[in-house]
Amino acid sequence: MNWKLAFTGVAAACLFVGAGMALSPVSVAQDAQADARTLKPAASFQSIASEQERSVALFQEAGKVIQHPRCVNCHPATDRPLQGASMRPHQPPVFRGDGGMGLPGMQCTTCHGAENIPVVGQADTIKSIPGNPAWHLAPIEMAWEGKTLGQICQQIKDPARNGEMTMDELVEHMAHDELVGWGWAPGAGREPVPGTQAEFGELIDAWVKTGAACPTS
Amino acid sequence: MVTFTLNGQERTFDGDPDTPLLWVIRDFEKLTGTKYGCGIAQCGACTVHLDGMPHRSCILPISVVEGSEVITIEGVSGKEAEAIKTAWAGLDVPQCGYCQSGQIMSAVALLQMVPKPTDADIDGAMTGNICRCATYHRIRAAIHNAANSMEG
Ligand code: FES
Ligand code: FES
Repeated sequence: MNWKLAFTGVAAACLFVGAGMALSPVSVAQDAQADARTLKPAASFQSIASEQERSVALFQEAGKVIQHPRCVNCHPATDRPLQGASMRPHQPPVFRGDGGMGLPGMQCTTCHGAENIPVVGQADTIKSIPGNPAWHLAPIEMAWEGKTLGQICQQIKDPARNGEMTMDELVEHMAHDELVGWGWAPGAGREPVPGTQAEFGELIDAWVKTGAACPTS
Repeated sequence: MVTFTLNGQERTFDGDPDTPLLWVIRDFEKLTGTKYGCGIAQCGACTVHLDGMPHRSCILPISVVEGSEVITIEGVSGKEAEAIKTAWAGLDVPQCGYCQSGQIMSAVALLQMVPKPTDADIDGAMTGNICRCATYHRIRAAIHNAANSMEG
Protein backbone atom coordinates (compact mmCIF):
# COMPACT_ATOMS: atom_id res chain seq x y z
CA MET A 1 0.00 0.00 0.00
CA ASN A 2 1.20 3.44 -0.77
CA TRP A 3 0.91 5.14 2.58
CA LYS A 4 1.87 8.46 1.23
CA LEU A 5 -0.99 8.46 -1.26
CA ALA A 6 -3.46 7.17 1.32
CA PHE A 7 -2.40 9.87 3.72
CA THR A 8 -2.84 12.53 1.04
CA GLY A 9 -6.26 11.13 0.38
CA VAL A 10 -7.25 11.41 4.04
CA ALA A 11 -5.87 14.90 4.17
CA ALA A 12 -7.83 15.81 1.06
CA ALA A 13 -10.96 14.32 2.57
CA CYS A 14 -10.34 16.30 5.74
CA LEU A 15 -9.84 19.43 3.73
CA PHE A 16 -13.04 18.72 1.85
CA VAL A 17 -15.00 18.12 5.02
CA GLY A 18 -13.37 21.13 6.59
CA ALA A 19 -14.34 23.29 3.65
CA GLY A 20 -17.85 21.92 3.81
CA MET A 21 -18.10 22.69 7.50
CA ALA A 22 -16.76 26.18 6.98
CA LEU A 23 -19.23 26.85 4.18
CA SER A 24 -22.37 25.44 5.67
CA PRO A 25 -22.87 27.88 8.56
CA VAL A 26 -22.45 30.73 6.09
CA SER A 27 -25.03 29.36 3.70
CA VAL A 28 -27.38 28.59 6.59
CA ALA A 29 -26.98 32.18 7.76
CA GLN A 30 -27.64 33.43 4.22
CA ASP A 31 -30.74 31.27 3.99
CA ALA A 32 -31.90 32.57 7.35
CA GLN A 33 -31.35 36.14 6.19
CA ALA A 34 -33.29 35.59 2.98
CA ASP A 35 -35.95 33.78 5.01
CA ALA A 36 -36.34 36.79 7.28
CA ARG A 37 -36.86 39.10 4.30
CA THR A 38 -39.34 37.02 2.31
CA LEU A 39 -42.63 35.23 2.88
CA LYS A 40 -43.29 31.74 1.57
CA PRO A 41 -46.35 31.80 -0.74
CA ALA A 42 -49.54 30.47 0.82
CA ALA A 43 -49.77 27.84 -1.95
CA SER A 44 -46.44 26.31 -0.90
CA PHE A 45 -48.07 25.04 2.32
CA GLN A 46 -50.32 22.65 0.35
CA SER A 47 -47.79 19.88 0.91
CA ILE A 48 -48.74 19.75 4.61
CA ALA A 49 -51.43 17.06 4.65
CA SER A 50 -53.08 17.87 7.97
CA GLU A 51 -55.27 20.95 7.61
CA GLN A 52 -54.72 21.89 11.21
CA GLU A 53 -50.94 21.69 10.90
CA ARG A 54 -51.11 23.61 7.63
CA SER A 55 -53.13 26.34 9.32
CA VAL A 56 -50.61 26.64 12.15
CA ALA A 57 -47.72 26.74 9.66
CA LEU A 58 -49.44 29.48 7.65
CA PHE A 59 -49.88 31.59 10.76
CA GLN A 60 -46.29 31.01 11.80
CA GLU A 61 -45.16 32.31 8.42
CA ALA A 62 -47.45 35.37 8.78
CA GLY A 63 -45.97 35.75 12.28
CA LYS A 64 -42.71 36.92 10.69
CA VAL A 65 -44.64 40.09 9.84
CA ILE A 66 -46.83 40.29 12.94
CA GLN A 67 -43.92 39.99 15.39
CA HIS A 68 -41.63 42.34 13.46
CA PRO A 69 -40.68 45.56 15.31
CA ARG A 70 -42.38 47.59 12.55
CA CYS A 71 -45.70 46.13 13.74
CA VAL A 72 -45.15 45.50 17.46
CA ASN A 73 -43.76 49.02 18.09
CA CYS A 74 -47.27 50.44 17.69
CA HIS A 75 -48.98 47.52 19.48
CA PRO A 76 -47.27 48.23 22.84
CA ALA A 77 -48.28 46.69 26.17
CA THR A 78 -48.16 50.10 27.87
CA ASP A 79 -49.39 53.53 26.76
CA ARG A 80 -45.96 54.39 25.32
CA PRO A 81 -45.04 53.30 21.79
CA LEU A 82 -41.74 51.61 21.04
CA GLN A 83 -39.18 52.75 18.52
CA GLY A 84 -36.56 51.23 16.25
CA ALA A 85 -35.36 47.72 15.55
CA SER A 86 -34.36 47.37 19.21
CA MET A 87 -37.93 48.25 20.27
CA ARG A 88 -36.85 50.77 22.88
CA PRO A 89 -39.36 53.21 24.45
CA HIS A 90 -40.28 56.04 22.05
CA GLN A 91 -38.30 59.28 22.27
CA PRO A 92 -39.52 61.89 22.90
CA PRO A 93 -41.77 60.26 25.52
CA VAL A 94 -45.26 60.18 24.03
CA PHE A 95 -48.39 58.46 25.28
CA ARG A 96 -51.52 56.90 23.90
CA GLY A 97 -54.20 59.59 24.44
CA ASP A 98 -57.63 59.57 22.81
CA GLY A 99 -57.89 57.09 19.96
CA GLY A 100 -54.17 56.30 20.22
CA MET A 101 -53.40 59.68 18.66
CA GLY A 102 -51.32 61.09 21.55
CA LEU A 103 -51.99 63.53 24.39
CA PRO A 104 -53.25 67.13 23.91
CA GLY A 105 -50.30 69.23 22.77
CA MET A 106 -48.19 66.19 21.93
CA GLN A 107 -50.16 64.24 19.39
CA CYS A 108 -48.68 61.90 16.82
CA THR A 109 -49.17 64.65 14.25
CA THR A 110 -46.92 67.03 16.20
CA CYS A 111 -44.08 65.17 14.47
CA HIS A 112 -45.51 62.48 12.16
CA GLY A 113 -46.94 63.57 8.83
CA ALA A 114 -48.81 61.78 6.07
CA GLU A 115 -45.56 60.43 4.57
CA ASN A 116 -42.11 59.31 5.61
CA ILE A 117 -39.90 62.41 5.66
CA PRO A 118 -36.22 62.01 4.79
CA VAL A 119 -33.88 64.00 7.04
CA VAL A 120 -30.53 65.34 5.91
CA GLY A 121 -27.25 66.03 7.64
CA GLN A 122 -27.93 63.59 10.47
CA ALA A 123 -26.19 60.53 11.89
CA ASP A 124 -26.13 57.45 9.66
CA THR A 125 -28.61 55.79 11.96
CA ILE A 126 -31.31 58.43 11.38
CA LYS A 127 -32.47 58.71 7.80
CA SER A 128 -36.16 59.56 7.98
CA ILE A 129 -39.11 60.36 10.24
CA PRO A 130 -41.85 57.80 9.58
CA GLY A 131 -45.34 58.90 8.64
CA ASN A 132 -48.72 57.80 7.33
CA PRO A 133 -52.13 59.56 7.16
CA ALA A 134 -53.52 57.08 9.72
CA TRP A 135 -50.52 57.14 12.10
CA HIS A 136 -51.73 56.08 15.59
CA LEU A 137 -51.34 53.37 18.23
CA ALA A 138 -53.31 50.16 18.20
CA PRO A 139 -55.80 50.06 21.11
CA ILE A 140 -54.46 48.54 24.35
CA GLU A 141 -56.61 45.38 23.94
CA MET A 142 -54.62 44.75 20.76
CA ALA A 143 -51.25 44.90 22.56
CA TRP A 144 -48.76 42.42 21.10
CA GLU A 145 -45.59 43.48 22.90
CA GLY A 146 -44.26 40.62 25.06
CA LYS A 147 -46.79 38.04 23.80
CA THR A 148 -46.02 34.75 22.12
CA LEU A 149 -47.23 34.16 18.58
CA GLY A 150 -49.80 31.68 19.93
CA GLN A 151 -51.16 34.31 22.32
CA ILE A 152 -51.32 36.91 19.53
CA CYS A 153 -53.10 34.37 17.34
CA GLN A 154 -55.83 33.78 19.95
CA GLN A 155 -56.07 37.52 20.49
CA ILE A 156 -56.64 38.51 16.86
CA LYS A 157 -59.41 35.91 16.52
CA ASP A 158 -61.21 37.32 19.57
CA PRO A 159 -63.69 40.08 18.58
CA ALA A 160 -63.28 41.63 22.04
CA ARG A 161 -59.58 42.11 21.33
CA ASN A 162 -59.49 42.70 17.58
CA GLY A 163 -61.75 45.73 17.19
CA GLU A 164 -64.83 43.52 16.75
CA MET A 165 -63.65 42.36 13.36
CA THR A 166 -65.11 39.29 11.70
CA MET A 167 -62.56 36.94 10.17
CA ASP A 168 -63.39 38.34 6.72
CA GLU A 169 -62.78 41.86 7.98
CA LEU A 170 -59.54 40.69 9.55
CA VAL A 171 -58.32 39.28 6.23
CA GLU A 172 -59.28 42.54 4.51
CA HIS A 173 -57.50 44.58 7.20
CA MET A 174 -54.29 42.59 6.95
CA ALA A 175 -54.32 42.54 3.15
CA HIS A 176 -55.31 46.14 2.42
CA ASP A 177 -55.20 48.47 5.44
CA GLU A 178 -53.01 51.43 4.60
CA LEU A 179 -51.31 51.72 8.01
CA VAL A 180 -50.61 47.97 8.04
CA GLY A 181 -49.14 48.52 4.56
CA TRP A 182 -46.70 51.11 5.95
CA GLY A 183 -44.75 48.14 7.36
CA TRP A 184 -43.61 47.31 3.81
CA ALA A 185 -42.64 50.92 3.04
CA PRO A 186 -41.31 52.25 6.35
CA GLY A 187 -38.95 54.88 4.92
CA ALA A 188 -35.19 55.14 4.59
CA GLY A 189 -33.17 53.65 7.42
CA ARG A 190 -35.88 51.23 8.56
CA GLU A 191 -36.08 47.52 7.72
CA PRO A 192 -39.40 46.66 6.06
CA VAL A 193 -41.42 43.67 7.23
CA PRO A 194 -40.81 40.56 5.05
CA GLY A 195 -42.47 39.81 1.73
CA THR A 196 -45.31 41.93 0.37
CA GLN A 197 -48.67 42.93 1.83
CA ALA A 198 -50.40 40.87 -0.87
CA GLU A 199 -48.42 37.75 0.14
CA PHE A 200 -49.17 38.45 3.79
CA GLY A 201 -52.88 38.87 3.01
CA GLU A 202 -52.87 35.54 1.18
CA LEU A 203 -51.25 33.80 4.15
CA ILE A 204 -53.88 35.20 6.52
CA ASP A 205 -56.65 34.31 4.07
CA ALA A 206 -55.35 30.73 3.74
CA TRP A 207 -54.96 30.52 7.52
CA VAL A 208 -58.62 31.53 8.01
CA LYS A 209 -59.77 29.08 5.32
CA THR A 210 -57.92 26.23 7.01
CA GLY A 211 -59.72 26.83 10.29
CA ALA A 212 -57.53 29.61 11.76
CA ALA A 213 -55.61 27.20 14.01
CA CYS A 214 -53.17 28.75 16.45
CA PRO A 215 -49.64 27.70 17.44
CA THR A 216 -49.52 26.29 20.97
CA SER A 217 -46.78 28.71 21.99
CA MET B 1 -44.32 77.30 -5.74
CA VAL B 2 -45.79 76.93 -2.27
CA THR B 3 -48.25 79.51 -0.93
CA PHE B 4 -49.02 79.73 2.77
CA THR B 5 -49.84 82.22 5.50
CA LEU B 6 -47.10 83.22 7.93
CA ASN B 7 -48.24 85.16 10.99
CA GLY B 8 -51.27 86.37 9.08
CA GLN B 9 -49.51 87.38 5.85
CA GLU B 10 -49.60 85.43 2.62
CA ARG B 11 -46.14 84.21 1.64
CA THR B 12 -44.75 82.13 -1.21
CA PHE B 13 -41.69 79.90 -1.49
CA ASP B 14 -40.38 78.66 -4.82
CA GLY B 15 -37.27 76.76 -3.70
CA ASP B 16 -36.85 73.00 -3.23
CA PRO B 17 -40.21 71.62 -2.04
CA ASP B 18 -38.33 69.36 0.42
CA THR B 19 -36.92 72.39 2.28
CA PRO B 20 -37.99 72.13 5.92
CA LEU B 21 -40.37 74.85 7.07
CA LEU B 22 -37.83 75.85 9.74
CA TRP B 23 -35.31 76.80 7.02
CA VAL B 24 -37.93 78.84 5.19
CA ILE B 25 -38.90 80.67 8.38
CA ARG B 26 -35.33 81.41 9.48
CA ASP B 27 -33.29 81.73 6.28
CA PHE B 28 -35.82 83.12 3.81
CA GLU B 29 -38.31 84.96 6.02
CA LYS B 30 -35.57 86.02 8.46
CA LEU B 31 -37.76 85.25 11.46
CA THR B 32 -35.09 83.83 13.76
CA GLY B 33 -37.14 83.48 16.94
CA THR B 34 -37.83 79.84 16.03
CA LYS B 35 -34.70 77.82 16.83
CA TYR B 36 -32.87 74.82 15.39
CA GLY B 37 -31.91 72.31 18.06
CA CYS B 38 -31.76 68.81 16.62
CA GLY B 39 -33.41 68.68 13.20
CA ILE B 40 -35.11 65.36 13.93
CA ALA B 41 -38.13 66.14 16.12
CA GLN B 42 -36.32 65.31 19.33
CA CYS B 43 -36.03 68.67 21.14
CA GLY B 44 -38.99 70.96 20.36
CA ALA B 45 -36.92 74.14 19.80
CA CYS B 46 -38.47 74.57 16.33
CA THR B 47 -42.13 74.31 17.43
CA VAL B 48 -44.61 76.44 15.48
CA HIS B 49 -48.39 76.27 15.08
CA LEU B 50 -49.61 74.80 11.82
CA ASP B 51 -53.34 75.38 11.34
CA GLY B 52 -53.61 75.89 15.09
CA MET B 53 -51.73 72.76 16.16
CA PRO B 54 -48.16 72.53 17.46
CA HIS B 55 -45.72 71.10 14.92
CA ARG B 56 -41.99 70.55 14.70
CA SER B 57 -40.98 72.76 11.78
CA CYS B 58 -37.57 71.08 11.35
CA ILE B 59 -39.16 67.97 9.82
CA LEU B 60 -42.04 69.59 7.96
CA PRO B 61 -41.27 69.88 4.22
CA ILE B 62 -42.51 73.20 2.89
CA SER B 63 -44.54 71.32 0.26
CA VAL B 64 -46.81 70.04 3.04
CA VAL B 65 -47.47 73.61 4.21
CA GLU B 66 -49.28 74.59 0.97
CA GLY B 67 -52.47 76.45 1.87
CA SER B 68 -51.79 76.28 5.61
CA GLU B 69 -51.54 78.90 8.29
CA VAL B 70 -48.21 79.04 10.13
CA ILE B 71 -47.80 80.97 13.38
CA THR B 72 -44.35 81.50 14.91
CA ILE B 73 -43.25 83.02 18.21
CA GLU B 74 -43.16 86.41 16.47
CA GLY B 75 -46.84 86.23 15.56
CA VAL B 76 -48.52 84.20 18.29
CA SER B 77 -51.43 86.13 19.82
CA GLY B 78 -54.70 85.75 21.72
CA LYS B 79 -55.59 85.43 25.36
CA GLU B 80 -53.57 82.25 25.95
CA ALA B 81 -50.46 83.83 24.40
CA GLU B 82 -50.93 86.97 26.51
CA ALA B 83 -51.38 84.93 29.68
CA ILE B 84 -48.28 82.86 28.93
CA LYS B 85 -46.22 85.98 28.14
CA THR B 86 -47.18 87.63 31.44
CA ALA B 87 -46.60 84.45 33.45
CA TRP B 88 -43.22 83.85 31.75
CA ALA B 89 -42.05 87.39 32.52
CA GLY B 90 -43.43 87.19 36.06
CA LEU B 91 -41.35 84.14 36.94
CA ASP B 92 -38.34 85.00 34.75
CA VAL B 93 -38.71 81.56 33.21
CA PRO B 94 -35.86 81.62 30.64
CA GLN B 95 -32.26 80.94 31.52
CA CYS B 96 -30.24 81.05 28.27
CA GLY B 97 -33.49 81.30 26.32
CA TYR B 98 -32.60 78.99 23.45
CA CYS B 99 -35.44 76.52 23.97
CA GLN B 100 -37.96 79.10 25.10
CA SER B 101 -39.74 80.02 21.88
CA GLY B 102 -40.49 76.32 21.41
CA GLN B 103 -41.57 75.99 25.05
CA ILE B 104 -43.91 78.97 24.69
CA MET B 105 -45.45 77.72 21.44
CA SER B 106 -46.14 74.34 23.09
CA ALA B 107 -47.48 75.98 26.27
CA VAL B 108 -49.83 78.29 24.33
CA ALA B 109 -51.13 75.35 22.30
CA LEU B 110 -51.72 73.39 25.52
CA LEU B 111 -53.78 76.21 27.06
CA GLN B 112 -55.78 76.53 23.84
CA MET B 113 -56.68 72.84 24.12
CA VAL B 114 -56.78 72.43 27.91
CA PRO B 115 -57.49 75.77 29.63
CA LYS B 116 -56.82 74.44 33.15
CA PRO B 117 -54.11 71.79 32.74
CA THR B 118 -53.07 69.45 35.54
CA ASP B 119 -49.44 68.55 36.17
CA ALA B 120 -50.08 65.39 34.13
CA ASP B 121 -51.46 67.45 31.23
CA ILE B 122 -48.36 69.67 31.38
CA ASP B 123 -46.08 66.63 31.42
CA GLY B 124 -47.93 65.16 28.44
CA ALA B 125 -47.79 68.29 26.32
CA MET B 126 -44.34 69.63 27.26
CA THR B 127 -42.34 66.39 27.34
CA GLY B 128 -41.09 66.93 23.80
CA ASN B 129 -39.58 70.33 24.61
CA ILE B 130 -36.13 69.89 26.06
CA CYS B 131 -34.42 72.62 28.09
CA ARG B 132 -30.69 72.23 28.55
CA CYS B 133 -30.86 74.82 31.36
CA ALA B 134 -33.50 72.72 33.12
CA THR B 135 -36.02 75.52 33.61
CA TYR B 136 -38.74 72.89 33.79
CA HIS B 137 -39.89 73.80 37.31
CA ARG B 138 -40.46 77.44 36.29
CA ILE B 139 -42.16 76.38 33.04
CA ARG B 140 -44.62 74.26 35.00
CA ALA B 141 -45.32 77.01 37.54
CA ALA B 142 -45.75 79.63 34.79
CA ILE B 143 -48.25 77.46 32.90
CA HIS B 144 -50.30 77.07 36.09
CA ASN B 145 -50.08 80.84 36.71
CA ALA B 146 -51.18 81.57 33.15
CA ALA B 147 -54.12 79.18 33.46
CA ASN B 148 -55.17 80.76 36.77
CA SER B 149 -54.93 84.26 35.31
CA MET B 150 -57.25 83.31 32.45
CA GLU B 151 -59.96 82.11 34.82
CA GLY B 152 -60.82 85.56 36.18
S1 FES C 1 -35.05 71.28 15.94
FE1 FES C 1 -37.01 70.51 15.55
S2 FES C 1 -37.40 69.26 17.26
FE2 FES C 1 -35.33 69.83 17.52
S1 FES D 1 -33.48 78.19 28.84
FE1 FES D 1 -31.61 77.44 28.11
S2 FES D 1 -32.22 75.73 26.95
FE2 FES D 1 -33.99 76.26 27.97
